[in-house]
Amino acid sequence: MDVPYTTKPRPDTGLYNAKLGIWLFLASEVMLFGALFSSYILLRVNALEGTWPHGLLNIPIGTFNTFVLISSSVTVVMAWASLKLGQFNRFKMYMGITILCALAFMVIKSIEYKDKFTHYEVWFNDPAKPSIRGHIEVPGIEGNPWFMTHKKLADKKIESIKIHPDPKPKLASAKQEHGGAEAHDGHEHGDHPPVQEIKTSEIKRLSAFVPAHSTYFAIYFTLTALHALHVMGGAAVMFYLWGPGAKMWKTDPERFTNRIEVSGLFWHFVDLVWIFLFPVLYLL
Amino acid sequence: MQHTTQTAPHETSHEHHHEDLGFWRTYVFSTDHKIIGIQYAVTSLAFLFFGFCLMLAMRWQIAYPGQEIPVVGKMLEAILGDTAKGGIMSPDLYNVFGAMHGTIMVFLAVVPLAFAGFGNYVVPLQIGAIDMAFPRINMASYWSFFLGCVIMFFSFFIPGGAAQGGWTSYSPLATTIPTDGQTYWLIGMVLLITSSLLGSVNFIATIIQLRAPGMTWMRMPFFVWAQFVTAFLLLLAFPPLEAAGIMQLMDKVFHTSFFLPTGLMVGGQVADISGGGSPLLWQHLFWFLAHPEVYVLILPAIGIVGEIVANNTRKSIWGYRSLVYSVLAIGFIAFIVWAHHMYLTGMGTKISAFFQTTTMIISIPSVIILTCLFISLWGGSIRFNTPMLFALAFLPMFGLGGLTGLPLGFSFADLHLHDTYYVIAHFHYIVAPGTIFALFAGVYYWYPKATGRKMNEFWGKVHFWVSFIAMNLIFQPMFAQGMAGMHRRMYDGGATYAGVLDPESGEVVGLNSFIISLNKGITHAAFLMAVAQLPFIINFFYSMFKGEKVDDNPWKATTLEWQTPTPPPHGNFTKEIVVYRGPYDYSLPGAKDDYTPQTEPNHK
Repeated sequence: MDVPYTTKPRPDTGLYNAKLGIWLFLASEVMLFGALFSSYILLRVNALEGTWPHGLLNIPIGTFNTFVLISSSVTVVMAWASLKLGQFNRFKMYMGITILCALAFMVIKSIEYKDKFTHYEVWFNDPAKPSIRGHIEVPGIEGNPWFMTHKKLADKKIESIKIHPDPKPKLASAKQEHGGAEAHDGHEHGDHPPVQEIKTSEIKRLSAFVPAHSTYFAIYFTLTALHALHVMGGAAVMFYLWGPGAKMWKTDPERFTNRIEVSGLFWHFVDLVWIFLFPVLYLL
Repeated sequence: MQHTTQTAPHETSHEHHHEDLGFWRTYVFSTDHKIIGIQYAVTSLAFLFFGFCLMLAMRWQIAYPGQEIPVVGKMLEAILGDTAKGGIMSPDLYNVFGAMHGTIMVFLAVVPLAFAGFGNYVVPLQIGAIDMAFPRINMASYWSFFLGCVIMFFSFFIPGGAAQGGWTSYSPLATTIPTDGQTYWLIGMVLLITSSLLGSVNFIATIIQLRAPGMTWMRMPFFVWAQFVTAFLLLLAFPPLEAAGIMQLMDKVFHTSFFLPTGLMVGGQVADISGGGSPLLWQHLFWFLAHPEVYVLILPAIGIVGEIVANNTRKSIWGYRSLVYSVLAIGFIAFIVWAHHMYLTGMGTKISAFFQTTTMIISIPSVIILTCLFISLWGGSIRFNTPMLFALAFLPMFGLGGLTGLPLGFSFADLHLHDTYYVIAHFHYIVAPGTIFALFAGVYYWYPKATGRKMNEFWGKVHFWVSFIAMNLIFQPMFAQGMAGMHRRMYDGGATYAGVLDPESGEVVGLNSFIISLNKGITHAAFLMAVAQLPFIINFFYSMFKGEKVDDNPWKATTLEWQTPTPPPHGNFTKEIVVYRGPYDYSLPGAKDDYTPQTEPNHK
């Protein structure tokens, strides 16, 4: 007495249950990410002049990560096709590559995140003085501090900090040729403005490139973190199906193939979201 | 099996079930849709009562501001501390109760009871399925819901209490209140949304995939159609609120400014935030869910009423196809009416005009549904049993709630009525004597299927008549209060503004004393309402053990859930189910009984 159509499709719909289920789930996911993308548009359209930062993300790394994720979408199809052809070993290989791609994506993403957590912007009490972006030195803290804020400076009664401002792009055209030189940490390119010492009493706000920095970084982190959770969820399921779950191939190969198909559909969706995220957050 | 031996003493009254799964897997971590339905129903009935109690305490404060709450005042002080000092409700506590009354009633009581409770129990039975399409996901759905409930309930006892920003949680208010209640609210909501996502995927897949042979779309009981459309509303409307919830959580925990504008002042100082956010964005995302949510509240109720009306008039429901198409139309239009809650936000007259138009359009299918149900009564030999009484009361009460909504749907009339007690009266007529009466009808109607015993008819009727009178005494006067301009969120019931005189003319321009005095009448009616629920609660538990025993089909009904043993075993049906006819073949000419079950083949 089992639920019918778990493996074989129902004749009048042409679908087995899980396949319909995952499509419905993806419809809901479209609404979830759709709402966040809509919020992005609304926040950006309403942003005051000069409050929407540009060029703070690392485009080459983002492009590479896009490539990694698209590759994994190809290999997950190959994994499914291998099962359809009855080649279990090829499935193991392709699924393994897919999982490795997911891991590579996460590692690269976390390097990008770490970079942002240690990169700062300082706004001054004097409204005529433009804000400065760069890396900071805080007395009493080794190296580059993470998540420093003006509140923490005040709590620790630190009187002044040093800032290494980011290099300015020489020309607007030069910036384009370098694919957004600002995006790099800038140790190799461009001119280094001199290190400045800033009194904390002059600082209105100091923030790393974290969600609280601006609505741009708020939506950047919300979208990419939610996407990363989906990557991890998908990778966990695929890892299960690659490892212990693969035993089902021996007992019920058709159902196992269906499982790979369903997890592959989810994986394509995760890739698709990234394909929208990348231009929206990195390029526009 | 170890668990069984340890816990069996509690369950000695239950017969041993067919498949030996042990106590925990049979009754607690069950994958059987019937058990999950009952779990949902019991949990949500408990929260229905809890949400009602919150309201009673608030009503006391409105009628007798600053006086100690009788009976429970001292207890509240002991549990909650300073916010209920001397047993008196403080403004903060009033805000907590107000926000949580709305949240609990909508998300923890009515929707889980109407959609998940009845839906889980009845839908697979009515389409002839052995279970839901994904039984384990079904279980995960309940436990995610349960965890959300626990977090919501627990948040009452944290320092500062639960969320205070109203059930709508408008930013910046909800974000800038310096307690953690809102954070708990948001985490709870994310769990509830996850639960409803899992549930709705399951319902849609079940209805599409698992219908028995012969159960074509137009042979499905109306209740199944209502649940089908409801599931789509939940599937597609809830994720934007989840997105909004995530963003508000970011605002609260990581100090972002999604919903906080530039230059926001908090406590007389410019807030230390990046700014650049949009308070209107929250409202759009919130109402994108919360308006379809109204139909989530109402459609399953209409479905229940349709079943009970057909059964107790002993004739087919009038205009089955019109009902189906109307429900589908509501399902589509429900997604494009949300901003009629936002006329006063200054979003612009053109946008207001658009949403005003769609709002008027959605009233058309609603009126078709109500008309069909009314005409169904015509010429029927009506059996006035308890479920039917509740179903019959639903029709005019829902009608009243719907018609009083029209002035709110016009942007110019809404200028006066917005955020007054008129709004409260309007939507409570839809949900309380509307949906909740339909849910009571459903409980009385399907109780014999779940337990094998009927609830007591006499006490059922007492429950109905007293509730019916009390409901109207509670909500009718609110229309008058609202039209007099009484604001819905005043914690002293408007006493501050009572009898305020115009310094020039000397005339009363504040709320007059009659309008204020209605507060007392409403509160007394609310206490009557509380008393009226006692027979129901006692009846509900007493009948489980001592109620009149009934056969498999006590109401002589046609639909499939009555073609199974009572209570239905694991796997639901003991024979092969094939459907030969529509859902409401009552009083067919030439038939041997006045009802012909869907499984009865056509004899020429």
